[in-house]
Amino acid sequence: MKRVTEKTFSQSFSIVGREFFDAGKVSTEIKTMLKELGVDAGIIRRIAIAMYEAEMNVVMYATEATVTLELSPKAIRIVVDDRGPGIPDVELAMQEGYSTATTEMREMGFGAGMGLPNIKKNADHFRIDSVVGKGTRLEISISMN
Amino acid sequence: MLLSDLQGLLMCEVFSGEEHLDRPVIYGCASDLMSDVLAFSRSGALLLTGLVNVQTVQTAYIAELTAIVVVRGKKPDMTVQALALEKGIPLLGTPYSMYEACGILYRAGIPPTMERSTDPGSTGSK
Repeated sequence: MKRVTEKTFSQSFSIVGREFFDAGKVSTEIKTMLKELGVDAGIIRRIAIAMYEAEMNVVMYATEATVTLELSPKAIRIVVDDRGPGIPDVELAMQEGYSTATTEMREMGFGAGMGLPNIKKNADHFRIDSVVGKGTRLEISISMN
Repeated sequence: MLLSDLQGLLMCEVFSGEEHLDRPVIYGCASDLMSDVLAFSRSGALLLTGLVNVQTVQTAYIAELTAIVVVRGKKPDMTVQALALEKGIPLLGTPYSMYEACGILYRAGIPPTMERSTDPGSTGSK
């Protein structure tokens, strides 16, 4: 799905949970796209890191997710909306080092409890809403300035 | 130092990215935790790691690392090598252990990329 309006570019992507081999594909695709659009390298790195951590979270914990990327001259906004178990205690999940990861996740180099704090660190705006048994919605934006 | 100099210092085998060995090595980091690399590395850093999977290459591409050096003689499988080639990430392997490889590069003047923690208890696992 691709929609280009006068000032805002918007595109949606899908992430499938538990597909460890494909993990990172959406993030790298977004990174390559932003590079081609000539976005500032520092901003691309922050977006790519935040997006990759979010993608790994979906692959590790959720069933599936829809990612919406919106690009305007002022900011880049990303919404990751997943269907999954949700997060019972968001405040606890935001603490560096807190993790519920399995051995399999840790063997891939993730699940150290750094994901959500690192997403927040790289974003100018960060919001997370989660409903246990339904899923988690993560919204971040980074200013172009 | 260039990657080609590092190749000699660490007796590296080059699995992919031979054409990029003229890249400079400015900072180094060593980790098997890709989350730490994403959180604390700088663009252009070299990664020493014992973790050899597609996530290692994706992390290097996302964080704009200059190259990956796999330690202790581990050999990346063809899938990992192919992804590194596709993403333009030089992938090398050294027979040295992580500790030895870090020591050699540190002695050769490659500074760390990761910030030193001011509070040792701040990021410990629970």
